[in-house]
Amino acid sequence: MTDRSRARQGARDPYRPEGLDDAFSDDATRSAAADEATPGGAAADAAAPETPAAGASSAGPVGTGAPAPLPALGAVGWLRWAWRQLTSMRVALLLLVLLAVAAVPGSVFPQRPQDPARVAEYLTDHPDVGPWLDRLGFFDVYASVWFSAVYLLLFVSLIGCILPRTRVHLAALRGRPPRTPRRLGRFPAQGSGTSGDAPRAVVERAAAVLRRRRLGVPAFRVDVHDEGAGTWSVSAERGYLRETGNLLFHLALLGLLVSVATGQLLHYRGQAIVVQGTGFANVQAGYDSFERGSAFDPADLDPFTLRLDDFESRFDPRTLQSRDFTAHVTVTEPGGEPTPEQIKVNHPIVAGGAKVYLMGNGYAPRLTVHDAAGEVAFAGTVPFLPQDEVYTSRGVVKVPDVSGGQDQVGLVGFLLPTAVEAAPGLWRSVDPQPAEPLLVLSVWHGNLGLDTGVPQNVYRLDESRMQQSVDAAGDVVTLYVRPGQTVDLPDGLGTLTFDDLPRFVALDLRHDPSLAWVLTFALLALAGLMASLFAPRRRLWLRAAPGADAAQDEGPGAATTVVTAAGLARGDDVGLQPELDRVLAAVLGAPPEPSSPSAGPDPQEDRT
Amino acid sequence: MNVAELSDLFVWSAATALTIALVAYAIDLARATEAAQAVRSARRPAVVGAGSASGGDVLTADPPPAASAASAPRRRAAGIAGSTLVLGTALLLVAIVLRGVAAGRWPTANMYEFTIVGTFCATAVLVVVQRRRAIAFLGVLVTGIAVLALVLALNTLHVQADAVQPALQRYWLVIHVGVAILATGVFTVAFATSVLQVLQDARTEGRSRLERPWRRADGLRQAFHGARVTGPAFAWLEQVPDARRLEALSFRLHAVGFVLWTFTLIGGAIWAEEAWGRYWGWDPKEVGTFVAWVVYAAYLHARTTRGWAGRRAAYIVFVGYAVVLANFTVVNLFITGKHSYSGL
Ligand code: HEM
Repeated sequence: MTDRSRARQGARDPYRPEGLDDAFSDDATRSAAADEATPGGAAADAAAPETPAAGASSAGPVGTGAPAPLPALGAVGWLRWAWRQLTSMRVALLLLVLLAVAAVPGSVFPQRPQDPARVAEYLTDHPDVGPWLDRLGFFDVYASVWFSAVYLLLFVSLIGCILPRTRVHLAALRGRPPRTPRRLGRFPAQGSGTSGDAPRAVVERAAAVLRRRRLGVPAFRVDVHDEGAGTWSVSAERGYLRETGNLLFHLALLGLLVSVATGQLLHYRGQAIVVQGTGFANVQAGYDSFERGSAFDPADLDPFTLRLDDFESRFDPRTLQSRDFTAHVTVTEPGGEPTPEQIKVNHPIVAGGAKVYLMGNGYAPRLTVHDAAGEVAFAGTVPFLPQDEVYTSRGVVKVPDVSGGQDQVGLVGFLLPTAVEAAPGLWRSVDPQPAEPLLVLSVWHGNLGLDTGVPQNVYRLDESRMQQSVDAAGDVVTLYVRPGQTVDLPDGLGTLTFDDLPRFVALDLRHDPSLAWVLTFALLALAGLMASLFAPRRRLWLRAAPGADAAQDEGPGAATTVVTAAGLARGDDVGLQPELDRVLAAVLGAPPEPSSPSAGPDPQEDRT
Repeated sequence: MNVAELSDLFVWSAATALTIALVAYAIDLARATEAAQAVRSARRPAVVGAGSASGGDVLTADPPPAASAASAPRRRAAGIAGSTLVLGTALLLVAIVLRGVAAGRWPTANMYEFTIVGTFCATAVLVVVQRRRAIAFLGVLVTGIAVLALVLALNTLHVQADAVQPALQRYWLVIHVGVAILATGVFTVAFATSVLQVLQDARTEGRSRLERPWRRADGLRQAFHGARVTGPAFAWLEQVPDARRLEALSFRLHAVGFVLWTFTLIGGAIWAEEAWGRYWGWDPKEVGTFVAWVVYAAYLHARTTRGWAGRRAAYIVFVGYAVVLANFTVVNLFITGKHSYSGL
């Protein structure tokens, strides 16, 4: 709380925390200095911290309707004006609020990077507004022009306000505490007492108390002044850390933005499905999906290989909720020995400079299809994607390589890890573990459409040129196959063998060289924030005058030294008066007289 | 009765204790209003001039003897409120520990647990704040929210105490969620303080004391005038610290809350990097946390912006707290995202 606001209390605002331009609550100093015969030192000192805000405070009035001298305003003038507006606290506030507002639509509308399927669904459900929202970027808010504009402006504003403040703060760091004001009576924290020692001795003791080290650094920066006529005083200042922390916080935010952006350029991420007993090689073709920043060259992928040896899963027997997943893999770095590793959810491993995450798992039945000619038309594993808690899994088997002239075959259906016949002909899974695996498939034949040039989803069957097999009664044919069994395909298409049931894991591989920087800047921001909010910034003054001078006040016979002290803080500071009291007590060796003007019924309360 | 049921029982008894505290605070508040009216009628002839000259300060001084008639039962109500508040908080702590024992893990994995732990944090902060300066209104507001939250938790959010799925099995569940809950608790008390600050400000700077034309007063203030903040029903405000001190208290609480929230954000990102393979992905919960963070940053800036300090900054707090609550309720219940883990 500044003194200015204190003075205003009756007239205007009853409370007004200090603003950007009150780099310190200097009004008290200034008004005290104005009382001095020669306002030199203190007034200049008081003015110095004002400079950082020159931009903001002069922009303030402009913003509130009193434009700068218009005739002189050329193009440069307008630019300056715009820059001042942009770097003013008011605009920073506006931009912060805008940023908060602009971030909201991203959790209201489905977002393409997170969930493209739901975006497509939204677009079909809302044919009228959907396309407009799409054009305006509402389905990719955080990459949209308007969202980017807000945060980029905010950061420009940040730079514009941080740089001058850094310069001023660096100067302040080399400065000295302001001289002791002539009158100490108007400061928010006060104390007084008497001492039998000479003024100089008292003041030097005070300086020693104030210089005491805390955590290896002196608490206060201290100056001792000989004020003549036997009067001595000491002025002290602490809390440079507060502004340092604030600057660190804002600069760290900039660092954070830059490192996140760098990471966007240099990263890659990809998904790979790896079936038990098979391997994965880290080349772009090895991925099921792959995405990278524009500065990353896929040729730089470190070609390690990874093999899934085994996969374990545990579920709660009662609720069937998952409890643990562990993938046992063997990683071989180029030129290195194969090393066994474990990947768990929450515990990625690092291979070839990329983090490897376990993101999903399921079953990949190993199947063999013989065509009508008895040739092997398909042999391999087919991942079936789990749809629910009990791993009812959906999959598609496409058999294109049939002997000449025959129809291609597509098998669509479900894998039930523990199948139970709930009602005649109605099977469902009751447990995620493979106790009684059963494949339930329907059969299509015709043209799979793989040669149309349109990329196909491996988990979808394009049925437009195919025909579903039906039995004599016209009912759809359903195949039920258990591991080890071979069944005939309908319509004389051949046979299907369910060989066994290995597991698969879905791995995410991600490389982002900026991670360490992002973390560092985030932690720096946190540290800076704490310093800026919790480090007290205070000035203390203590004056010791010979008792003779004070005789008028104290009455005749006071042959002692009269000590008066005052304190001023930046912002609301509960600890100011206690600190002053502590210093006085240490100097006088006795509890000081409580003499704060605002010492109300509750001494615990803040004196601001 | 098993340990989990015992825990639920303790939550019920905590809710009961806090209800008693709520009633006692309400009585205290009513008495404070009476006392304030007594003071006013007692000194009206003498102090009118002084009172209007120096704003709220004179009015916040301790009640003169005229009011002491009402102050004995008042003290009793305040005493009951204080001790049942402590009792309720302690019961809640026991309930939380038992819940953790029953589930065999740190008890902050679902909305039910989040609610009871968050309520515990809010009442614990209230205990600390009330030790230094008992403010009945703060007590009413915070215990009111606490009782509501507990009853809601028991009736609609309750889930079986159980172990969690792999994505949650990490010490970050303790750090990230724990700190988020703590921050929510601190924000709750800070919010109540800001409400009080705005009420107090509207009262001491009522229509007649406004230096600008009434038309240009902001909407919230005009609304408060309609609610007669300046009238006798709000006379208890005269027992409450003045708006400037409330603002200072609210800022201090918000500073702590904001640091905790920042840590929640960073901790969440670190955890997401391990569990989901990216530190930030604009998941709805992440967006909500980010928006709340930016709003509170705006509050801190508003405090230091000319024309925004004080009451208007407090309005930003209202928005921020609404975002925090929505992030917990709306995002969990109605928006699917990666945080939709625990059913409820
Ligand atoms: C042009 C842009 C900005 C300006 C002019 C600005 C200015 C300031 C100033 C002067 C303070 C010190 C207040 C004090 O010490 O009491 C401050 C504090 C702070 N700023 Fe900024 N800032 C800007 C951008 C940002 C941004 C983008 C953020 C984060 C989103 C941010 C977050 C904070 C926080 C959290 C504080 C601590 C509040 C406090 O110390 O009371 N600022 N800012």
